[in-house]
Amino acid sequence: MENITSTIQAVPLNHYILLSAIIFTIGVIGVLVRRNAIIIFMSVELMLNAVNLLLAAFSSYSGDASGQVFVFFIMALAAAEVAVGLAIIVMVYRNTSSIDINILNRLKW
Amino acid sequence: MIDLVWLIPLLPFIGFLINGLGRNILPKPLIGTIASLAVIGSFAISLSIFLTFDAAQPQVIHLFDWINVGSLSIPFAFQIDQLSIMMLLIITGIGSLIHIYSAGYMSHDAGFGKFFAYLNLFVFFMLLLVMGSNYVIMFIGWEGVGLCSYLLIGFWYSNGAYADAAKKAFIMNRIGDLGFLLGVFLIISTFGSVSFTEIFPKAAGMVSGDATLILITILLFIGATGKSAQLPLFTWLPDAMAGPTPVSALIHAATMVTAGIYMIARSNILFALSPVTLDIIAVVGLLTAVVAAFIALTQTDIKKVLAYSTVSQLGYMFLGLGVGAFTGAFFHVLTHAFFKALLFLGAGSVIHAMSNEQDMRNMGGLRKKLPVTFLTMLIGTIAIAGLPPFAGFFSKDEILAHVYEHNKLLWIIGLFGAFLTAAYMFRMMFLTFWGNFRGTEDQKHHLHESPVSMTFPLIVLAILSMVGGFMGVPHALGGHHWLNEYLGPVLAASNNILPALSLEHATEYMLMGLSVGGVIISIIIAYVKYVSKGYVPKEEELQSGINKLSYNKLYLDELYTAIIQKPLDILSTFFFKVVDKSGIDGLVNGLGKVSIEASKTLRLLQTGNVGFYIFAMVIGIVAVLVYSFIII
Repeated sequence: MENITSTIQAVPLNHYILLSAIIFTIGVIGVLVRRNAIIIFMSVELMLNAVNLLLAAFSSYSGDASGQVFVFFIMALAAAEVAVGLAIIVMVYRNTSSIDINILNRLKW
Repeated sequence: MIDLVWLIPLLPFIGFLINGLGRNILPKPLIGTIASLAVIGSFAISLSIFLTFDAAQPQVIHLFDWINVGSLSIPFAFQIDQLSIMMLLIITGIGSLIHIYSAGYMSHDAGFGKFFAYLNLFVFFMLLLVMGSNYVIMFIGWEGVGLCSYLLIGFWYSNGAYADAAKKAFIMNRIGDLGFLLGVFLIISTFGSVSFTEIFPKAAGMVSGDATLILITILLFIGATGKSAQLPLFTWLPDAMAGPTPVSALIHAATMVTAGIYMIARSNILFALSPVTLDIIAVVGLLTAVVAAFIALTQTDIKKVLAYSTVSQLGYMFLGLGVGAFTGAFFHVLTHAFFKALLFLGAGSVIHAMSNEQDMRNMGGLRKKLPVTFLTMLIGTIAIAGLPPFAGFFSKDEILAHVYEHNKLLWIIGLFGAFLTAAYMFRMMFLTFWGNFRGTEDQKHHLHESPVSMTFPLIVLAILSMVGGFMGVPHALGGHHWLNEYLGPVLAASNNILPALSLEHATEYMLMGLSVGGVIISIIIAYVKYVSKGYVPKEEELQSGINKLSYNKLYLDELYTAIIQKPLDILSTFFFKVVDKSGIDGLVNGLGKVSIEASKTLRLLQTGNVGFYIFAMVIGIVAVLVYSFIII
């Protein structure tokens, strides 16, 4: 534990924040510009993990383990979410033979 | 015995519960017996209290604490003194007779049980009214008798006109009740109490003509004009004749309509200290007496004549109160209860015999067919006309003597009204009992004297009308005015303030002679017109000249329609069409329309395009972040 903390603290906190922000922005832009459902899905995961990284960094800098415990929960949740999300995408593909989200525009007004 | 006083109102209430709940189950004779026994029981208790009561101070029987708010405490208590005892005797005594009479009169009616339940309920409320030891309990009774009056006027509610008469009575009473209620509020704020025994000693220490007292008494008097049918609120009473005749006798002649006089006599000290109010009362009473007598002169419905005569006699009672003759006014309440109940019950007997015919133009010559009814009604008529030694003579002359001393002009008008009374009452008698029978063959064949249950109360009341006046024989005639002495403790405080009657005996003889002489002349005029000449009023003659004014009740109903109902109608139509329909409805409908139009435009944002949704979401999140981190 002591080891990991010092390893993490070897990098300054600003770098973690900057990295997380970059990854998160990539995720957001990915969600906004791509039309492939799986890519969008991956971008969402990217955003989640950017936050996870930040949580772990903050947790070790403030000497409180609960942030890292929280990360585990988020990971478990993300795994469950992936299971559901991928299942939806599979069903979308089966019905429309495509995973382009712009085809899914019939639910309106 | 005085501890049993709570039984007096309770017995009729129990009768009401039994008859009200069992009206469809119990046999008719049992219902009549229960109802009558309940009231007779109350009468027996009242009588024994009357015989044993000799305290100079009013006895307050505290039952329980009812309302305690801040410094105001309203107990549920009864007050027994000379005034309430006399009222108890009248209500339960005449009430018993009328219950017995009703058992015969209503025997063919489908609503027999309902009728007796209402009648018992009425007696209960009337007893509360006179026994309450404070204005709030009096007000319960006051409202309760108004309710029962409404229920009984509209007893045959399937007739639309009768139901309307009931509503009219109720609404006009409400106008007066509002005045009474405001008066009670003002009493609470002035004296901090509603109990008679606390208010009156405090009031006795105030100066005569105090502005607050004048306002209180005027408000109370407005209440009395509604309940006791005085100008301008009297038009409900003639219409109230729509109810069964025993109801007219009990409620609209003997008891309920005298509640206003009882209330003023009870609050005599407040009124004695407000000379302005007394003058108003005297003038209103006198006007009512003369106007009603004038209208009664041409009415053709036997019950309408009696109704206007009741209004007129109530006017005399108020005239008496107004000139400070509290004993005289209350004396007239008592004697009037005897002879007017008698006259109404007699009229009921005539109507019963005539198969529900009420128009006197179709009667005539009933003297031989209905001997008991005829004789008793004749006694009642002589009593109300004021011939000695019958009851009405003593009470009316006492009032007129006080009026004479107070103001000569009022006395002349009042005396003229007394002559009119004799004229219209004997006109009624002559049209009904003299001459030839003018009804149909069918009615003639059916004519019969009423059963004993109906003639017995008539005979008792006739005896009372004959001897009732002897409880107040004036000093001028060698009596010592027992009633005045009996009521002394109740009226002591006001008698100290108001000047006592100080007429010479010679003057009193002159007054009596004048009124008796005038009454006899009126009777002779009526006899010549209706018996010697055999005149029967015809519709077209009633619709011409001065008769027209009298026959159409001075157009008072039309006047009220024009000045109150029409403007109210217009105002309600305005509120309905403009304020409600376009104002309030417009606002509500407008809000609905705005949201429909707005949502029609806004729903177009739901394009179904997932990319757009995500974009909107991101914009939203950014907006929230900008708002929470930069702006705040």
